Amino acid sequence: MRLEPISQPSLQRRLLPPTLAILASFAIAALLAQIAGGNPFAVFDLIFKGALGSKFALLETLNRATPLIFTGLAVAVAFRAKLWNIGAEAQLYAGAVITVVLGTGALAWPAPVLLPTLAIGAALAGAIVLLIPAMLKTRFGVDEVVTTLLFNFIFLLFVSYLLEGPLKDPMGMGWPKSARLIPEARLPRIVEGLRLHWGFALALICAVVVWVIDRKTTLGFEMRAVGQNPEAAAFAGIPVAKVILKTALLSGGLAAMGGFSEVAGLKGSLTLDLSPGFGYTGIVVAMLALLNPLGVVAAALFVAIIFVGADSMSRAIGVPTYLADIMLASALLLMVLAILFTKFRVRRD
Amino acid sequence: MSALETGAERADPVLRMQGITKRFGSVTANEDISFSLHKGEVIALLGENGAGKTTLMNILFGQYSADKGVVEAFGTPLPAGAPRAALDAGVGMVHQHFTLADNLTVWENIALGTQELGAFSLRPARVKAKTRDLSARFHLTVDPDARVGALTVGERQRVEILKALYREAKVLILDEPTAVLTPQETDALFATLREAISMGLSIVFISHKLHEVMAIAHRVLVLRHGRLVAEREIGDTNAEELASIMVGGEVRAPEVPALPAGPALLTLTGATAGVLQDVDLTLNAGQITGIAGVSGNGQGALSDLISGVLTLQSGEMQIAGQTPTHWDARTAIAHGVGRIPEDRHKAGTIADFDLTENAILETYQTDFSRAGWMDWTKARRHTEHLIQTYDVRCPGPDTPIRLLSGGNMQKLILGRVLEENPQIIVANQPVRGLDIGAVNYVHSRLAAARESGSAILLISEDLDEIMKLSDKIHVISEGRLSPAFLRGALSVAEIGKWMAGQGFAHAS
Repeated sequence: MRLEPISQPSLQRRLLPPTLAILASFAIAALLAQIAGGNPFAVFDLIFKGALGSKFALLETLNRATPLIFTGLAVAVAFRAKLWNIGAEAQLYAGAVITVVLGTGALAWPAPVLLPTLAIGAALAGAIVLLIPAMLKTRFGVDEVVTTLLFNFIFLLFVSYLLEGPLKDPMGMGWPKSARLIPEARLPRIVEGLRLHWGFALALICAVVVWVIDRKTTLGFEMRAVGQNPEAAAFAGIPVAKVILKTALLSGGLAAMGGFSEVAGLKGSLTLDLSPGFGYTGIVVAMLALLNPLGVVAAALFVAIIFVGADSMSRAIGVPTYLADIMLASALLLMVLAILFTKFRVRRD
Repeated sequence: MSALETGAERADPVLRMQGITKRFGSVTANEDISFSLHKGEVIALLGENGAGKTTLMNILFGQYSADKGVVEAFGTPLPAGAPRAALDAGVGMVHQHFTLADNLTVWENIALGTQELGAFSLRPARVKAKTRDLSARFHLTVDPDARVGALTVGERQRVEILKALYREAKVLILDEPTAVLTPQETDALFATLREAISMGLSIVFISHKLHEVMAIAHRVLVLRHGRLVAEREIGDTNAEELASIMVGGEVRAPEVPALPAGPALLTLTGATAGVLQDVDLTLNAGQITGIAGVSGNGQGALSDLISGVLTLQSGEMQIAGQTPTHWDARTAIAHGVGRIPEDRHKAGTIADFDLTENAILETYQTDFSRAGWMDWTKARRHTEHLIQTYDVRCPGPDTPIRLLSGGNMQKLILGRVLEENPQIIVANQPVRGLDIGAVNYVHSRLAAARESGSAILLISEDLDEIMKLSDKIHVISEGRLSPAFLRGALSVAEIGKWMAGQGFAHAS
């Protein structure tokens, strides 16, 4: 048995395997739900009802998808240029820290001025956090997988220090949390009365902007060229190191906007559990989206549906929420396998 | 086929391939090829690049499995797709690109893969003794304790051959063994091969060099476009006949008429960069300057230096009499240097990019964008123009370039370069791996650029190509460049001496 490359895969060939991958991950989840003592159909029914079945559930899902769109975009942008940014988690927290530092009264400006300032400040902080490993990579060849991954832990401990020290809320009854943002620093809701904030709209705008950069600008062309064949890019005169640094700025900035959006849109203050691993889930989102910026939105919604739905399902019947993790993990692994089958066909000898 | 019958009349072929057919997609690499090899015989597989020689040998050696046909060694059929079976049956292959571990010693490389599973020691004394014995018998001088990374290319090839002999190979397949050797090293290889024949080994010798085939083979098989088009006893044929069979009567590129040398467009004085040492070179307008030499002697560094990918450590480079203050790929392009890289897959193109994206790779910033925004309409029009003008056979400008054949890929690169009207052209191995039609096309385009006044640097391992096209020739060896010789001023033997490093003043 061997794999034979397909020169020009048909539309069916490109769509069928990923679809089957998603269905197969559902089948695996069904089996596990059965073992855990739930009726698989009831489990899936509860998951989808819990994520999409009511206005409240739907808005909850969109809110959950918002940070995942930001981190998914951050990872997609970086991975396209073969910059392996595993540090979206740290970059997201960097954005959150800046939002809290500037938004709890340090800048007493009106909202239309303050909010863009916070967003830009947050993006700059995330950009700098990724710029350092990117420079270590371009200057000294240090592997960014290691540096960005390990920096997550360093930065989380730093945030922990800030919340126990300089940023600790004096009125917080001793809890390690920051003071609340002033009202001008809060992202308003898109529609009054509905629990969905402008961070979601910002995420969608970012996805479109990244898509436009990718397709329509010289920077996008350079990033794709460097990602696909750095040797040919360098030979053609594309400044490879500079392009990698620009990619790092963009990627880190996007992840940090996720931190700004969570704090200013949803939480109102910073705690150490701001992100339940949004930075890492962003990698799953980006991979499921095949690194396509618009696909990231769809993938983030898919992941949010699974998580929100599984929470709700678990409250209703006794099947644990870990089912959501298994569904994501199997969807990702099967997707990687499926991509192989969009490019190769199996031949028996 | 009558050729097969003559082979079958003789007793016990050591190797037989019968009706081998292999297709890759729509391309037929081998079509119904049959031949047999006898004890003590050397057969040559002759054919242009892409004629199907390497595919056929990869099938024989079990790297590929044939769509149709049978491979037999010593009367027993070999299972398809099992290199181990071929090895065990006594078939050894010396690949064009060596398969040695640089960081291990010669004897360790030879022992690799021959040890019993679970053995505690490699038994160095036994391996070394056997290696020394084989070295002496076959005139393959090499120190068993030397590290392979420190050996010359010729020595590494000897290790490859020793490796096969160590495994008791009775049939040796040599894929383009002389491509990396100097003429003198080639003579030594032939002495070894003759020794091997006298000891009863059989050899398949793959080459596209006619005089070598005439010198070593008993029988010649000529492949063209995947078919076996002729089989000749060496006594019944001559080089001219084989050449015409090989190329199938297609017209060779015209000889280049003499032109007066124009002004110097690029000069290197005492240039040292990478492996290059103290190189002097002048490229004149309206001239092709050929660089002959065995691969890996500094050709890459020379082309990278002029292409702007490598920077000078010392010495001077002048472009049209001026010394540029700064030199990188973009500056080189801006100074009118057109670059045809050695490896079109690695350096020349981006495989998953379409033709348009590849066509504008060097000029997207200056010609196909404004204030950071790409002008894809213009880029696509430009690409359509290149496809037309340079006869690139493809479904259209949106096709990923990896789907193109090497020849069409090279035509696009050629178009990308020539369309900018370069003053200076660096062509590093511009026709390697191309079929004869594409070769002629590339050569005639280069000749036309020469006539319109470009200064061309042609780097090639193929001496015939260099001698046919160049106005003047340098030989490169171990990073040093010989003085320039006018075309025809040096014999092949003399060039061979330069290639081997003789004639260079020894640096103190």
